[in-house]
Amino acid sequence: MRSPWSGRTAPAGPDRLALGRTVRVALFIACFNDTFFPATGRAAVEVLERVGCSVSFPEQQTCCGQLHLNTGYPEEAARLAHRQLRVLEQAEVVVTPSASCAGTMREHYPRLVGEVPPVHEFCSFLVDVLGVEDVGARFPHSVAYHPTCHSLRALRIGDAPLRLLRNVRDIELLELAEADSCCGFGGSFAVKNADTSTAMLTDKVRHILNSGAEVCTAADNSCLMHIGGGLARQRAGARTMHVAEILAAA
Amino acid sequence: MSFATAAAAALRDTQLRHNLTNATSTIRARRSAVVAEVPDWEALRSEGARIKDSALLDLDRQLQRLEQSVSASGGIVHWARDAAEANAIVAGLASDAGGGEAIKVKSMVTDEIGLNEALEAAGIAAYETDLAELIVQLGDDRPSHILVPAIHRNRAEIRDLFEAKLGERGLSTEPSALTAAARRYLRARFLEVGVGISGANFAVAETGTVCVVESEGNGRMCTTLPHTLITVMGIEKIVPRLSDLGTMLRLLARSSTGERMNPYTSLWTGVSEGDGPRAFHLVLLDNGRTEVLADEVGRQALRCIRCSACLNVCPVYERTGGHAYESTYPGPIGAILAPQLAGMREHTSLPGASTLCGACYEVCPVKIEIPSILVHLRGRVVAEGRAPRGEGPAMRALGRILLSRRSYEMAQRAARIGNLTPTQRLVKPLAAWTASRDLPRAPQQTFRGWWRANRA
Repeated sequence: MRSPWSGRTAPAGPDRLALGRTVRVALFIACFNDTFFPATGRAAVEVLERVGCSVSFPEQQTCCGQLHLNTGYPEEAARLAHRQLRVLEQAEVVVTPSASCAGTMREHYPRLVGEVPPVHEFCSFLVDVLGVEDVGARFPHSVAYHPTCHSLRALRIGDAPLRLLRNVRDIELLELAEADSCCGFGGSFAVKNADTSTAMLTDKVRHILNSGAEVCTAADNSCLMHIGGGLARQRAGARTMHVAEILAAA
Repeated sequence: MSFATAAAAALRDTQLRHNLTNATSTIRARRSAVVAEVPDWEALRSEGARIKDSALLDLDRQLQRLEQSVSASGGIVHWARDAAEANAIVAGLASDAGGGEAIKVKSMVTDEIGLNEALEAAGIAAYETDLAELIVQLGDDRPSHILVPAIHRNRAEIRDLFEAKLGERGLSTEPSALTAAARRYLRARFLEVGVGISGANFAVAETGTVCVVESEGNGRMCTTLPHTLITVMGIEKIVPRLSDLGTMLRLLARSSTGERMNPYTSLWTGVSEGDGPRAFHLVLLDNGRTEVLADEVGRQALRCIRCSACLNVCPVYERTGGHAYESTYPGPIGAILAPQLAGMREHTSLPGASTLCGACYEVCPVKIEIPSILVHLRGRVVAEGRAPRGEGPAMRALGRILLSRRSYEMAQRAARIGNLTPTQRLVKPLAAWTASRDLPRAPQQTFRGWWRANRA
């Protein structure tokens, strides 16, 4: 789908052309973004408003239940999932900058609580729902995109993040070798199987450094927390940044 | 030993890491090339899953059909509840057949039940004839891959092993020289030994036909030359109709070795006068399988056709190898099959040995939803009280905090206290994080704090 912004230097207003009206979006920020990566949430709001969405933030929200579910606590996860459904029940569309939380709701809520909120991963919402590929961003840095496992294989958002990144002004997008192999995070895996997790991280870090990129980006801060933690520990001279933050830069 | 502990040791084995990286990337590339040639691959996968499910959900009837058709074609069917029963049956049959020796086709199930050790205890020498299984047996070693059991060995090690155990001298490390040495040793066994033992890739209920798939032809030697053939098969290996093999064999060859068709596919139905073995015994093994079948989520694992595609794409397996799983079945399939076959009493750390990256599901020829089953089994491990100590109380407390906005926001403030700790050293259990990764800092303002100040 061709973006209504294509060919312009900056987006000019609400995306009423594509949908005929302002889209009301409820943001699900995800608990660890809320606490540790608030800049990603601010960036997501900025970009969504820039393309003409009206953004709300249901303040009762906490956690989707992913950690509990994946660690083997489905009862606790189901309680959190029921709560999540209640908190988001007024929302027409839910958008989240966490691919793994979106994946949990889409993939596991049917079995867990028999219902799925109308949730979209942030990049996929822009590209696949709004049809926007150019959000008017400028980011003069070299960037390698890591497709996280949940965005790639559970949500199947395909190249939505890359489509958005390709339209960022002054960005140098670099190829990441073995991009679709897992970085080794895996939630509690990173702690329970720390040695194996680290072995996987080492390979991911090596590919990032070989790419020559200054910034490694992805649609999920949980993987980036792991990759970024490794880059920082090794004083590698590269850093991580959520896609939303690159798209918000101007 | 937990997977994490076993893996930590394996990860330091640089020879193993090199072998695994080379071997798995080669097989991965071969598989994707031949799978891409099949235009209806996704439909074929669905059909494979449907065939296996149709047999599994009707297993009692299908097994009786198989027994009838095997008996009608001159074979004898034996039923074994567990490993001990199966081993006793096979040892008894091999003893009755005489000679005190048996030659074996590569088989996972006989490894699962420890048949070689049981036969040895009964005074019967069992010779592995698959080249890689022979390498494993001569080295008093364990297989580390379903399809490539000696993937952890390199050619120099194999040369040394053959010189030490087969009386060979001056061998080179060329594959042709090594296989020639193995052939010299194995030919004598094929011609002398009167009992053959195999597993089964498939058994057809309607005809009683058993199918074994292999690459070397040594399997066919074992199923045709001896006067007595004993096949041990897990009861999940059954397919209803002969025509089902068309689908299953297409899926298997491309998924496992990355070939369009495997070199040797042996099919036999009972015994044939004047051709092949004069006696054929089929041992049907349960060994935990009916318990797996009772788990509505976990039962999908019984669809497995042992192709090992999931091992070759697994980022965990690629780095740890098979021994770290401490089970006959390693890799993603092992992580869901081994604990279930053991009634969730052993191998309980294996469901955690995955990042849930989903690569295994994408390649599985019978569409086993391995990531979902891993999550399900993690729940069973917790529910049956086998989670690591302290984890349950911590997770339940966190669950309660997240159930209310007020306690959640208090916890967010507490997270900033964590900023006072150094980024590089945390206490247990989070010390495992900071062993290789810096910790992120919690900024002074949460996202919701910013929202209240700027948007609400």
